[in-house]
Amino acid sequence: MQLAEVIGTVVASIKDANMTGTTLLVIQPLGVDSKPVGKSLVAVDAAGAGVGERVFFVRGREAAYPFYPVEVPTDAAIIGIVDSVDVG
Amino acid sequence: MQIGTVVGTVVSTQKHRKLEGAKLLLVQPQGPDGAPRGGPLLAIDSVGAGIGERVLVVIEGKAAGDALGRKAAPVDAAIVGIIDEIDLENGGRNPAAGPEGASS
Repeated sequence: MQLAEVIGTVVASIKDANMTGTTLLVIQPLGVDSKPVGKSLVAVDAAGAGVGERVFFVRGREAAYPFYPVEVPTDAAIIGIVDSVDVG
Repeated sequence: MQIGTVVGTVVSTQKHRKLEGAKLLLVQPQGPDGAPRGGPLLAIDSVGAGIGERVLVVIEGKAAGDALGRKAAPVDAAIVGIIDEIDLENGGRNPAAGPEGASS
């Protein structure tokens, strides 16, 4: 899992049938200092996140698990909204 | 998922049986602002995309197999959506490029 900031939204009327009703957000992965790390990507939202919020997300086949038993064809899912991060 | 633009079609008569009937498209990945990222890749199309359209691409084996609707298919990328528009927090509004906006 990684930290990220939601930086945008994506609208796609035509999509895989198993993605119907999902929210697609553009996220930018963040480092512990909240600075951008790596490339932005599109993730399915499973946490009710919105633009500007700091979230954490999962990559890989596990990204479909929040929607089980529906097999959503995604490789990234937002699974939590971050309240705070403390770096020791 | 990655954003990309369909830049070509690929025809293959002889292929793995799990790929029979699958539509293969050549996709150029890009950032939300439209800048190209890396080289083009081959993706299974499950939504009826065409050349010049901006699409959502999953680059992961299980998700691509789900999009194809077949278990254990030897695929690692699939187009799962056609993008209407992208709104970015920084004010960049990016209407999806239609066929007339295609550069190749």
